[in-house]
Amino acid sequence: MPERKIRVMVAKPGLDGHDRGARILARCFRDAGFEVVYTGCHQTPEQIAAAAIQEDVDLIGLSCLSGAHRVLFPKVVELLREKDAADITVIGGGIIPEQDFSMLYDAGIKAIFTPGASLDSIVEWIKTNIKPD
Amino acid sequence: MYFSKEMQDASLKLTRKWEDEVQKTLKNNPDQKTRFSTVSDKEIKRLYTPEDIKDIKFAEDISVPGEFPYLRGNQVTGYRGRYWTFRMFSGMGSAQDTNQRWKMLLREGQTGLSTAFDFPTLMGYDSDSPKALGEVGKCGVAIDTLEDFLVLIEGIPLDQVTTSMTINPPATVLWAMYCAAADIKGVPLSQIGGTIQNDMLKEFIAQKTFMCPPGPSIKLISDTVEFGTKFVPNWNTISISGYHIREAGATAIQELAFTIRDGIEYVEDVIRRKKMNVDDFAPRLSFFFNSHIDFFEEICKLRAARRIWAKIMRDRFHAQNPRSMWLRFHTQTAGCSLAAQQPYNNVIRTTVEGLAAVLGGTQSLHTNSLDEVFCLPSEHAAEIALRTQQVLAEETGVANTIDPLAGSYFIEKLTNEIEEGAWDYINKIDAMGGMIAAIEKGFPQMEIAESAYKFQAQLEKGEKIMVGVNKYLSNQPYPIPLVEIDEKVGEEQIKRLQNVRRKRDNKAVKKSLDDIRNACKKGDNVMPHCIEAVKNLATLQEICDVYRDVYGEYKDPGLY
Amino acid sequence: MDSTIKKICEGDVRTASRLIRDIEDKRPDANTKIKKLYAHTGKSFIIGITGAPGAGKSTLTDALITEFRKLNKTVGVLAVDPTSPFSGGAILGDRIRMQRHAEDSGVFVRSLATRGALGGLSQAAGNAIHVMEAMGKDIIIVETVGIGQQEIDIINHAHSVVVVLVPGMGDEIQTMKAGLMEIADIFVINKANRAGAGQLQTELSTMLNLSPQTADGWKPPIVAVGDAFEPATFSENTAELAQTIEEHHLYLKQSGKLTERMHRKAMTEIKDALSSCLMEPLLHSLITSGELEKLSEKIKNRKSDPYTAAEEITEKFFQKRRGK
Repeated sequence: MPERKIRVMVAKPGLDGHDRGARILARCFRDAGFEVVYTGCHQTPEQIAAAAIQEDVDLIGLSCLSGAHRVLFPKVVELLREKDAADITVIGGGIIPEQDFSMLYDAGIKAIFTPGASLDSIVEWIKTNIKPD
Repeated sequence: MYFSKEMQDASLKLTRKWEDEVQKTLKNNPDQKTRFSTVSDKEIKRLYTPEDIKDIKFAEDISVPGEFPYLRGNQVTGYRGRYWTFRMFSGMGSAQDTNQRWKMLLREGQTGLSTAFDFPTLMGYDSDSPKALGEVGKCGVAIDTLEDFLVLIEGIPLDQVTTSMTINPPATVLWAMYCAAADIKGVPLSQIGGTIQNDMLKEFIAQKTFMCPPGPSIKLISDTVEFGTKFVPNWNTISISGYHIREAGATAIQELAFTIRDGIEYVEDVIRRKKMNVDDFAPRLSFFFNSHIDFFEEICKLRAARRIWAKIMRDRFHAQNPRSMWLRFHTQTAGCSLAAQQPYNNVIRTTVEGLAAVLGGTQSLHTNSLDEVFCLPSEHAAEIALRTQQVLAEETGVANTIDPLAGSYFIEKLTNEIEEGAWDYINKIDAMGGMIAAIEKGFPQMEIAESAYKFQAQLEKGEKIMVGVNKYLSNQPYPIPLVEIDEKVGEEQIKRLQNVRRKRDNKAVKKSLDDIRNACKKGDNVMPHCIEAVKNLATLQEICDVYRDVYGEYKDPGLY
Repeated sequence: MDSTIKKICEGDVRTASRLIRDIEDKRPDANTKIKKLYAHTGKSFIIGITGAPGAGKSTLTDALITEFRKLNKTVGVLAVDPTSPFSGGAILGDRIRMQRHAEDSGVFVRSLATRGALGGLSQAAGNAIHVMEAMGKDIIIVETVGIGQQEIDIINHAHSVVVVLVPGMGDEIQTMKAGLMEIADIFVINKANRAGAGQLQTELSTMLNLSPQTADGWKPPIVAVGDAFEPATFSENTAELAQTIEEHHLYLKQSGKLTERMHRKAMTEIKDALSSCLMEPLLHSLITSGELEKLSEKIKNRKSDPYTAAEEITEKFFQKRRGK
């Protein structure tokens, strides 16, 4: 049976428009052989969760540089749970101080990548941890 | 630049001799890498000689300060009369928090104010909008109504300090608040000074803080230019910005080219729409550049910028007033050059970048704080950053003489090359029908994305180095205190806003919003109506909703 | 009823999107589920939108969703984006422009990558449409780039075909070359405020007047749509486009042409299914066993020819089947 293609979503919750990292990541994921749904900037958690389910992605990568991650990242996970889609893995990136890590992990964010994380390390993480059945 | 045939011969002879020596040496001692390039990936030669600048004519291409093409600066006395403005961008939490930080900075020798707003304010949403969830006060100060604004400027002498406001889609509203506040404080509009960023094109291109489509966005900008020219003559109504273009991943040439081309677009619109004479408003246009880590490239970029703008003003717009030809600019050191790893190194990066800005002849400077990769600057980090500028100005002696690097073979050659690169882009965008057409095609956006991706790939391969990031790594922790904005700030801001809504005269608000709506529909200048509306305590979002309603909303097209 | 089928028919988004995933990933039981689902399909009106990259298809689709939602119709969208031939990955960026409908439960947007060279795109698209039909979407919009046979084949799944052109891109010539003239029921001249729109309109009208199909009662209308940056005109124009599409639907029904289209669609589906049942497994086994490589070697050296090779393969394949 052919292996499943990994489908990921790169999403930007919140109002900041700093999409340099998100766009580089989307391109890097494509080059790693993933199918990447990109939402564009200024998305609400509701829009992100709904789109992720419609697209049947295995993973959502959230990017936020405005400091609103403490509220918005957990909200996305919560909405996925409500919609019976807790199996969609959520990871996060952007300007996230270390002191917020544990709070985000507790909220169900599976990994956090901050500035300086290499693209390879992110792709590797996905390949290791995402095995769609 | 040669003064005689003999000089040229002697120079060429020596250069050839040196080239032979290089080849011999390389056999046993090869270079560390095969290609040497700037952070923008522009290739740099091992040596520059008189041959590189042989076609330069001093009087036409370089000249003296205060003379066309203003390569060496606009001011004839340089920094001797006064240094650049020490202008630290700051804003956080509530209006009161920010007011306190401002007073600290002024006490410590800052000479101009610069406001950072939070994202809801930047995007034209009130603090209690669902869109503002989690964002209030986070990246800057939250301003909903004139009441907040009055708290913000409490105790600040508006007739003495100039204030820069980094605000784009709702620029008309925030500027209206400033004008209204001045009015309330009894300071005539003719005596206030400052800058609103008010540059929407770079938002579509790079920073993505947008509200309405490009057409109406530019109309609102032209409204401010017209209003400023008539009533607020010391105000810079647009700060044409390359900073964010660079931060999005552009090269130095792209930053320069897209910024200048944006400037052309604004000038054309004001002339066409407002039937104004270029010399009436061009002297109040200001610019805003990035100072990145590649020292010489940045100096040359800033020098080239002045020369290009002067040529455009003279040849394309036939400006007569020399002040129209002056490219006056603020500079900020590059946030994207900073690293989260070993954050104290950021002080060194910022120092080098600040120095480049000064050698490039900036009129105003923000130096980043070492903790800006994590959060808003702490008071201590902001102070170090301000002190960095003061050391540059007072101790290093770099401000003693004007444009000290002029005449260097390398500097002049690189300045020329950057200028040529920029013209290529400007001509290309002209051929597309202007910047709005180019944006619709996604041209500048895609060029920047390409450069950003290329740089990231070079970093991953180790072709470009960031200390602490991909070389000289360290596991040692570098604890630095981080500023955290309490979620309570948002709650309290919402309470204040709702209070204002309760006590104001809603009839008057509705009337003034209707006036703005009518002005939008008729194509009239919105500024007088905005001032009236904010005085009646209309909220930021209420006014922006009128714009969104009449002009439509622009959404991220997310081009690839 | 199978629980998957039941859930899809009740409009369950998770189950529907997972079945579409199974179809794309060629899961063995995907076809079985489609078989069971098939009885619940065939009631939606399917619109194909095609044109060159950058013609503004997604923005138009977004506007059409708005228009159809105003009429209280539920909408499914299938947005097709190309797969990178280098990595096999894809950036599916069309839905960015439709994200404002993400929370509307009456709208279901799904992106589809073109995937491999072995074909199957048309089949995947056809079946994804079936899933949306079973979900009860009144209208399904299929958006695809009008270049490449694979992409154009998808359009055969649609009842009405909208071809989007933009002035100044040499589109009219491309359109003719790609054979889009023949399949267009409606033309859109998008970004019609740009220079060259008038000329494009004239050229297109001339071509349409020379075209023989116009004799049978439906002359493809040309709808000019202004810049999306001018929201007032844009929404006026897109409302007109939605209206024109409705008119074409009505025409299809009244003239009996809808049956013809259904026939065209059925033919495509049979061909897709045959390809899925025969060609794909056949090619797959030839590739994995290394036989295809050997055969091409033989043909290259003139030790065999493609026809003999094909006959041998067919023979063997059917023998194996009979043996089973």
